[in-house]
Amino acid sequence: MASGVRPRVKVPSTASAGETVTIKTLISHQMESGQRKDSEGNTIPRSIINRFHVTFNDETVIDVKMEPAISTNPYFEFEAKVPESGTFQFTWYDDDGSVYEDSAEITVG
Amino acid sequence: MKLKALTAMAALLVAPAAFAGGADDDTLVINGEIEMTTKADAPEHMEGTGIDQVISGWHFRADETQQIQMDDFENQGMIFVDQAINTWNTAEGSAGQSCADCHNDPESMAGVTATYPKWNEDAGEVRTVQMQVNDCRVNRMGAEPWPYDAAPAINMEALIASQSRGMPVDVAIDGPAAETWEQGKDIYYTRYGQLELACASCHEENYGNYIRADHLSQGQINGFPTYRLKNAKLNGAHSRFKGCVRDTRAETFATGSPEFVALELYVKSRGNGLSVEGPSVRN
Repeated sequence: MASGVRPRVKVPSTASAGETVTIKTLISHQMESGQRKDSEGNTIPRSIINRFHVTFNDETVIDVKMEPAISTNPYFEFEAKVPESGTFQFTWYDDDGSVYEDSAEITVG
Repeated sequence: MKLKALTAMAALLVAPAAFAGGADDDTLVINGEIEMTTKADAPEHMEGTGIDQVISGWHFRADETQQIQMDDFENQGMIFVDQAINTWNTAEGSAGQSCADCHNDPESMAGVTATYPKWNEDAGEVRTVQMQVNDCRVNRMGAEPWPYDAAPAINMEALIASQSRGMPVDVAIDGPAAETWEQGKDIYYTRYGQLELACASCHEENYGNYIRADHLSQGQINGFPTYRLKNAKLNGAHSRFKGCVRDTRAETFATGSPEFVALELYVKSRGNGLSVEGPSVRN
Protein backbone atom coordinates (compact mmCIF):
# COMPACT_ATOMS: atom_id res chain seq x y z
CA MET A 1 0.00 0.00 0.00
CA ALA A 2 1.46 3.28 -1.07
CA SER A 3 1.34 6.08 1.45
CA GLY A 4 1.91 9.80 1.17
CA VAL A 5 0.84 9.88 -2.45
CA ARG A 6 0.05 13.37 -3.63
CA PRO A 7 -0.40 14.40 -7.26
CA ARG A 8 0.54 17.88 -8.43
CA VAL A 9 0.04 19.50 -11.80
CA LYS A 10 1.08 22.80 -13.32
CA VAL A 11 -0.93 24.07 -16.25
CA PRO A 12 -1.10 27.71 -17.41
CA SER A 13 -4.50 29.22 -16.61
CA THR A 14 -4.86 30.95 -19.97
CA ALA A 15 -3.73 30.36 -23.55
CA SER A 16 -4.55 31.60 -27.03
CA ALA A 17 -6.45 29.32 -29.42
CA GLY A 18 -4.21 26.67 -30.97
CA GLU A 19 -1.31 27.54 -28.68
CA THR A 20 1.04 24.82 -27.53
CA VAL A 21 1.35 24.88 -23.74
CA THR A 22 3.80 23.09 -21.48
CA ILE A 23 2.31 20.93 -18.76
CA LYS A 24 4.23 19.64 -15.77
CA THR A 25 3.08 16.85 -13.49
CA LEU A 26 4.63 15.25 -10.46
CA ILE A 27 3.28 12.59 -8.15
CA SER A 28 4.94 11.57 -4.92
CA HIS A 29 5.17 7.79 -4.88
CA GLN A 30 7.85 5.36 -3.72
CA MET A 31 7.74 3.32 -6.99
CA GLU A 32 8.97 0.13 -5.32
CA SER A 33 10.36 -1.96 -8.16
CA GLY A 34 9.85 -5.44 -6.71
CA GLN A 35 13.55 -6.17 -7.29
CA ARG A 36 14.79 -5.08 -3.89
CA LYS A 37 15.14 -7.06 -0.68
CA ASP A 38 14.69 -5.92 2.90
CA SER A 39 17.23 -6.45 5.70
CA GLU A 40 15.92 -10.00 6.31
CA GLY A 41 16.38 -10.92 2.67
CA ASN A 42 12.69 -10.98 1.81
CA THR A 43 11.63 -9.47 -1.49
CA ILE A 44 9.85 -6.15 -1.08
CA PRO A 45 6.72 -6.53 -3.20
CA ARG A 46 6.38 -4.37 -6.28
CA SER A 47 4.24 -1.29 -5.79
CA ILE A 48 4.33 1.22 -8.60
CA ILE A 49 2.06 3.48 -10.60
CA ASN A 50 1.61 1.52 -13.80
CA ARG A 51 -0.35 3.95 -15.96
CA PHE A 52 -0.63 7.71 -16.36
CA HIS A 53 -3.46 9.04 -18.50
CA VAL A 54 -4.23 12.65 -19.44
CA THR A 55 -7.32 13.84 -21.26
CA PHE A 56 -8.44 17.24 -22.48
CA ASN A 57 -12.20 17.61 -22.74
CA ASP A 58 -12.42 13.79 -22.70
CA GLU A 59 -9.95 13.44 -25.55
CA THR A 60 -6.72 11.57 -24.77
CA VAL A 61 -3.59 13.71 -24.73
CA ILE A 62 -1.10 11.12 -23.51
CA ASP A 63 -1.46 7.63 -22.15
CA VAL A 64 1.69 6.20 -20.59
CA LYS A 65 2.38 2.63 -19.55
CA MET A 66 4.82 2.81 -16.67
CA GLU A 67 7.37 0.17 -15.73
CA PRO A 68 9.27 -0.72 -12.52
CA ALA A 69 12.51 0.96 -13.64
CA ILE A 70 10.91 4.40 -13.37
CA SER A 71 12.32 6.25 -10.41
CA THR A 72 10.58 7.48 -7.31
CA ASN A 73 8.27 10.52 -7.53
CA PRO A 74 7.69 10.29 -11.30
CA TYR A 75 7.77 13.64 -13.10
CA PHE A 76 6.28 14.14 -16.54
CA GLU A 77 6.56 17.25 -18.66
CA PHE A 78 4.87 17.42 -22.04
CA GLU A 79 3.32 19.83 -24.51
CA ALA A 80 -0.27 19.98 -25.67
CA LYS A 81 -2.05 22.09 -28.24
CA VAL A 82 -5.09 23.81 -26.79
CA PRO A 83 -7.84 24.49 -29.36
CA GLU A 84 -10.49 25.74 -26.91
CA SER A 85 -11.24 26.36 -23.23
CA GLY A 86 -11.56 23.22 -21.23
CA THR A 87 -10.29 20.87 -18.56
CA PHE A 88 -7.21 18.74 -18.39
CA GLN A 89 -7.94 15.58 -16.42
CA PHE A 90 -4.98 13.68 -14.98
CA THR A 91 -5.27 10.10 -13.74
CA TRP A 92 -2.62 7.86 -12.19
CA TYR A 93 -3.30 4.12 -11.68
CA ASP A 94 -1.57 2.36 -8.80
CA ASP A 95 -0.69 -1.35 -8.64
CA ASP A 96 -2.85 -1.64 -5.53
CA GLY A 97 -5.95 -0.48 -7.43
CA SER A 98 -5.88 3.08 -6.11
CA VAL A 99 -6.60 5.81 -8.61
CA TYR A 100 -5.25 9.31 -8.05
CA GLU A 101 -6.85 12.18 -9.90
CA ASP A 102 -6.25 15.85 -10.47
CA SER A 103 -7.59 18.36 -12.96
CA ALA A 104 -6.81 21.83 -14.24
CA GLU A 105 -8.90 24.38 -16.14
CA ILE A 106 -7.49 26.38 -19.00
CA THR A 107 -9.23 29.37 -20.58
CA VAL A 108 -8.67 30.24 -24.22
CA GLY A 109 -9.26 33.95 -24.73
CA MET B 1 55.91 20.94 -37.65
CA LYS B 2 57.42 22.48 -34.57
CA LEU B 3 54.76 25.15 -34.58
CA LYS B 4 52.07 22.53 -34.76
CA ALA B 5 53.48 20.68 -31.77
CA LEU B 6 53.61 23.88 -29.78
CA THR B 7 50.02 24.68 -30.64
CA ALA B 8 48.96 21.23 -29.53
CA MET B 9 50.78 21.71 -26.26
CA ALA B 10 49.14 25.06 -25.72
CA ALA B 11 45.75 23.49 -26.37
CA LEU B 12 46.49 20.82 -23.80
CA LEU B 13 47.44 23.43 -21.25
CA VAL B 14 44.34 25.49 -21.86
CA ALA B 15 41.87 22.64 -22.03
CA PRO B 16 41.84 21.63 -18.34
CA ALA B 17 41.18 25.24 -17.31
CA ALA B 18 38.12 25.41 -19.53
CA PHE B 19 37.04 22.03 -18.23
CA ALA B 20 37.47 22.78 -14.53
CA GLY B 21 36.24 26.33 -14.74
CA GLY B 22 35.23 26.65 -11.08
CA ALA B 23 32.01 28.42 -10.17
CA ASP B 24 29.81 29.67 -12.99
CA ASP B 25 28.17 33.09 -13.26
CA ASP B 26 24.49 32.09 -13.33
CA THR B 27 21.90 33.84 -11.18
CA LEU B 28 19.64 31.94 -8.83
CA VAL B 29 16.05 33.17 -8.64
CA ILE B 30 13.46 30.79 -7.23
CA ASN B 31 9.96 30.70 -8.71
CA GLY B 32 10.86 33.94 -10.49
CA GLU B 33 10.46 35.67 -7.10
CA ILE B 34 13.04 34.91 -4.45
CA GLU B 35 16.41 36.35 -5.42
CA MET B 36 19.29 34.50 -3.85
CA THR B 37 22.69 35.78 -2.87
CA THR B 38 24.91 32.94 -4.02
CA LYS B 39 28.21 34.81 -3.95
CA ALA B 40 29.25 37.11 -1.13
CA ASP B 41 32.34 38.66 0.38
CA ALA B 42 33.93 36.21 2.76
CA PRO B 43 33.17 36.88 6.44
CA GLU B 44 35.93 38.50 8.48
CA HIS B 45 36.92 35.35 10.33
CA MET B 46 38.01 33.77 7.04
CA GLU B 47 40.85 36.22 6.59
CA GLY B 48 44.02 34.29 5.86
CA THR B 49 42.22 31.29 4.35
CA GLY B 50 42.86 32.51 0.82
CA ILE B 51 39.13 32.72 0.14
CA ASP B 52 37.84 36.25 -0.38
CA GLN B 53 34.50 35.29 -1.86
CA VAL B 54 32.15 32.63 -0.52
CA ILE B 55 30.20 30.76 -3.18
CA SER B 56 27.11 28.61 -2.89
CA GLY B 57 27.43 25.00 -4.00
CA TRP B 58 24.71 25.77 -6.55
CA HIS B 59 27.33 27.38 -8.80
CA PHE B 60 29.32 24.18 -9.02
CA ARG B 61 26.49 22.07 -10.35
CA ALA B 62 25.41 21.41 -13.94
CA ASP B 63 22.83 23.68 -15.58
CA GLU B 64 20.20 20.93 -15.54
CA THR B 65 20.60 20.43 -11.80
CA GLN B 66 20.62 24.16 -11.15
CA GLN B 67 17.39 24.56 -13.05
CA ILE B 68 15.52 22.04 -10.90
CA GLN B 69 16.11 24.24 -7.86
CA MET B 70 14.74 27.32 -9.59
CA ASP B 71 11.15 26.08 -9.60
CA ASP B 72 9.48 24.66 -6.50
CA PHE B 73 7.38 22.45 -8.72
CA GLU B 74 10.43 20.68 -10.09
CA ASN B 75 12.35 20.77 -6.81
CA GLN B 76 11.47 17.39 -5.37
CA GLY B 77 12.77 18.52 -2.00
CA MET B 78 9.47 20.37 -1.74
CA ILE B 79 7.61 17.05 -1.67
CA PHE B 80 9.24 16.40 1.68
CA VAL B 81 8.46 19.92 2.85
CA ASP B 82 4.79 19.15 2.11
CA GLN B 83 5.05 15.99 4.18
CA ALA B 84 6.51 18.02 7.02
CA ILE B 85 3.58 20.44 6.86
CA ASN B 86 1.29 17.49 7.63
CA THR B 87 3.54 16.55 10.54
CA TRP B 88 3.53 20.18 11.71
CA ASN B 89 -0.26 20.08 12.02
CA THR B 90 -0.51 16.62 13.58
CA ALA B 91 -0.78 16.30 17.37
CA GLU B 92 1.64 13.76 18.84
CA GLY B 93 2.73 12.61 22.29
CA SER B 94 1.17 12.63 25.73
CA ALA B 95 0.40 16.37 25.71
CA GLY B 96 -1.76 15.97 22.60
CA GLN B 97 -0.13 18.92 20.94
CA SER B 98 1.18 19.65 17.46
CA CYS B 99 3.84 22.13 16.36
CA ALA B 100 1.02 24.37 15.14
CA ASP B 101 -0.56 24.61 18.62
CA CYS B 102 2.33 26.76 19.86
CA HIS B 103 3.95 28.07 16.69
CA ASN B 104 0.84 28.66 14.51
CA ASP B 105 1.84 28.66 10.83
CA PRO B 106 5.23 27.39 9.69
CA GLU B 107 5.82 30.99 8.50
CA SER B 108 6.54 31.82 12.15
CA MET B 109 9.83 29.95 11.65
CA ALA B 110 11.14 32.59 9.22
CA GLY B 111 14.71 33.52 10.11
CA VAL B 112 15.37 30.48 12.29
CA THR B 113 17.59 28.58 9.87
CA ALA B 114 19.59 31.74 9.14
CA THR B 115 20.84 31.92 12.72
CA TYR B 116 21.19 28.23 13.67
CA PRO B 117 23.21 26.47 15.10
CA LYS B 118 22.79 28.83 18.03
CA TRP B 119 23.75 29.05 21.68
CA ASN B 120 20.92 27.99 23.99
CA GLU B 121 21.31 29.74 27.33
CA ASP B 122 19.08 27.39 29.35
CA ALA B 123 20.69 24.24 28.03
CA GLY B 124 24.20 25.72 28.12
CA GLU B 125 25.08 24.34 24.70
CA VAL B 126 25.02 25.17 21.01
CA ARG B 127 21.96 23.67 19.41
CA THR B 128 21.02 22.79 15.86
CA VAL B 129 17.48 23.11 14.50
CA GLN B 130 16.96 19.37 14.89
CA MET B 131 18.06 19.44 18.52
CA GLN B 132 15.63 22.26 19.20
CA VAL B 133 12.81 20.40 17.46
CA ASN B 134 13.52 17.33 19.56
CA ASP B 135 13.55 19.46 22.70
CA CYS B 136 10.03 20.59 21.79
CA ARG B 137 8.95 17.03 21.05
CA VAL B 138 10.22 15.62 24.33
CA ASN B 139 9.54 18.43 26.78
CA ARG B 140 6.44 20.10 25.37
CA MET B 141 4.70 17.39 23.39
CA GLY B 142 5.70 14.35 25.42
CA ALA B 143 6.63 12.59 22.19
CA GLU B 144 9.58 10.41 21.20
CA PRO B 145 12.57 12.34 19.87
CA TRP B 146 13.41 11.74 16.21
CA PRO B 147 16.74 10.05 15.46
CA TYR B 148 19.18 12.58 14.03
CA ASP B 149 18.78 13.13 10.25
CA ALA B 150 15.99 10.50 10.08
CA ALA B 151 13.31 11.21 7.48
CA PRO B 152 10.77 13.03 9.70
CA ALA B 153 13.51 15.12 11.33
CA ILE B 154 15.19 16.15 8.11
CA ASN B 155 11.84 16.89 6.47
CA MET B 156 10.91 19.17 9.37
CA GLU B 157 14.29 20.87 9.15
CA ALA B 158 13.61 21.48 5.46
CA LEU B 159 10.20 22.98 6.19
CA ILE B 160 11.79 25.33 8.71
CA ALA B 161 14.65 26.16 6.31
CA SER B 162 12.24 26.90 3.47
CA GLN B 163 10.72 29.71 5.55
CA SER B 164 14.09 31.50 5.57
CA ARG B 165 14.92 31.17 1.89
CA GLY B 166 16.58 34.29 0.58
CA MET B 167 17.59 35.53 4.02
CA PRO B 168 21.33 35.86 4.63
CA VAL B 169 23.01 33.26 6.84
CA ASP B 170 24.09 35.03 10.01
CA VAL B 171 25.22 32.65 12.73
CA ALA B 172 26.85 34.07 15.86
CA ILE B 173 30.39 32.85 16.44
CA ASP B 174 31.30 35.06 19.38
CA GLY B 175 30.17 35.10 23.01
CA PRO B 176 29.19 31.74 24.49
CA ALA B 177 29.23 30.05 21.07
CA ALA B 178 32.92 30.86 20.56
CA GLU B 179 34.24 27.73 22.26
CA THR B 180 32.10 25.42 20.12
CA TRP B 181 33.03 27.40 17.04
CA GLU B 182 36.75 26.96 17.77
CA GLN B 183 36.19 23.23 18.20
CA GLY B 184 34.47 23.13 14.82
CA LYS B 185 37.35 25.05 13.25
CA ASP B 186 39.84 22.54 14.67
CA ILE B 187 37.88 19.68 13.13
CA TYR B 188 37.71 21.52 9.79
CA TYR B 189 41.51 21.72 9.63
CA THR B 190 42.26 18.26 11.08
CA ARG B 191 43.33 15.60 8.60
CA TYR B 192 41.31 12.41 9.05
CA GLY B 193 41.54 8.87 7.78
CA GLN B 194 44.00 6.85 5.78
CA LEU B 195 43.88 9.47 3.05
CA GLU B 196 44.74 12.17 5.57
CA LEU B 197 42.30 14.70 4.23
CA ALA B 198 40.87 17.66 6.14
CA CYS B 199 37.72 19.50 5.06
CA ALA B 200 40.08 22.27 3.99
CA SER B 201 42.12 19.98 1.73
CA CYS B 202 39.25 19.79 -0.73
CA HIS B 203 36.88 22.64 0.03
CA GLU B 204 39.34 25.41 0.80
CA GLU B 205 42.44 24.57 -1.21
CA ASN B 206 40.86 22.86 -4.20
CA TYR B 207 37.31 24.07 -4.73
CA GLY B 208 36.53 24.39 -8.42
CA ASN B 209 38.85 21.50 -9.24
CA TYR B 210 37.76 17.96 -9.89
CA ILE B 211 38.36 15.07 -7.52
CA ARG B 212 38.05 12.28 -10.04
CA ALA B 213 34.60 12.98 -11.57
CA ASP B 214 33.30 15.22 -8.80
CA HIS B 215 33.38 18.98 -9.04
CA LEU B 216 34.53 20.28 -5.67
CA SER B 217 32.54 23.13 -4.16
CA GLN B 218 33.46 25.23 -1.17
CA GLY B 219 31.43 22.84 0.96
CA GLN B 220 28.95 25.51 1.99
CA ILE B 221 25.91 24.30 3.92
CA ASN B 222 23.59 27.26 3.30
CA GLY B 223 21.55 24.97 1.01
CA PHE B 224 20.91 22.21 3.54
CA PRO B 225 18.83 20.11 3.84
CA THR B 226 19.67 19.16 0.27
CA TYR B 227 17.69 17.04 -2.13
CA ARG B 228 20.25 14.82 -3.84
CA LEU B 229 19.51 13.27 -7.21
CA LYS B 230 21.66 10.26 -6.27
CA ASN B 231 19.39 9.10 -3.46
CA ALA B 232 16.13 10.98 -4.20
CA LYS B 233 15.65 12.26 -0.67
CA LEU B 234 16.63 15.08 1.62
CA ASN B 235 20.09 14.90 3.16
CA GLY B 236 21.22 16.61 6.34
CA ALA B 237 24.49 18.44 6.85
CA HIS B 238 25.64 15.88 9.42
CA SER B 239 24.98 13.01 7.03
CA ARG B 240 27.00 14.88 4.42
CA PHE B 241 29.86 15.40 6.90
CA LYS B 242 29.71 11.72 7.72
CA GLY B 243 29.93 10.82 4.04
CA CYS B 244 32.94 13.08 3.59
CA VAL B 245 34.80 11.75 6.63
CA ARG B 246 34.01 8.20 5.55
CA ASP B 247 35.48 8.96 2.12
CA THR B 248 38.77 9.83 3.80
CA ARG B 249 38.69 6.23 5.08
CA ALA B 250 38.26 7.26 8.69
CA GLU B 251 35.94 6.20 11.46
CA THR B 252 33.38 8.99 11.41
CA PHE B 253 31.60 10.90 14.13
CA ALA B 254 27.89 10.15 14.52
CA THR B 255 25.16 12.41 13.18
CA GLY B 256 24.05 14.67 16.01
CA SER B 257 27.35 14.22 17.88
CA PRO B 258 28.88 17.26 19.63
CA GLU B 259 31.73 17.16 17.10
CA PHE B 260 29.38 17.52 14.13
CA VAL B 261 27.31 20.19 15.91
CA ALA B 262 30.52 22.18 16.32
CA LEU B 263 31.52 21.53 12.71
CA GLU B 264 28.05 22.56 11.51
CA LEU B 265 28.39 25.87 13.36
CA TYR B 266 31.84 26.49 11.92
CA VAL B 267 30.99 25.53 8.34
CA LYS B 268 27.75 27.49 8.45
CA SER B 269 29.67 30.55 9.66
CA ARG B 270 31.87 30.29 6.57
CA GLY B 271 28.68 30.95 4.61
CA ASN B 272 27.64 34.04 6.58
CA GLY B 273 26.23 36.40 3.95
CA LEU B 274 24.98 33.73 1.53
CA SER B 275 21.23 33.17 1.26
CA VAL B 276 19.52 30.26 2.98
CA GLU B 277 18.62 27.93 0.10
CA GLY B 278 17.19 24.85 1.83
CA PRO B 279 15.88 22.63 0.42
CA SER B 280 18.41 22.96 -2.40
CA VAL B 281 19.03 20.47 -5.20
CA ARG B 282 22.42 18.88 -5.79
CA ASN B 283 23.65 15.77 -7.53
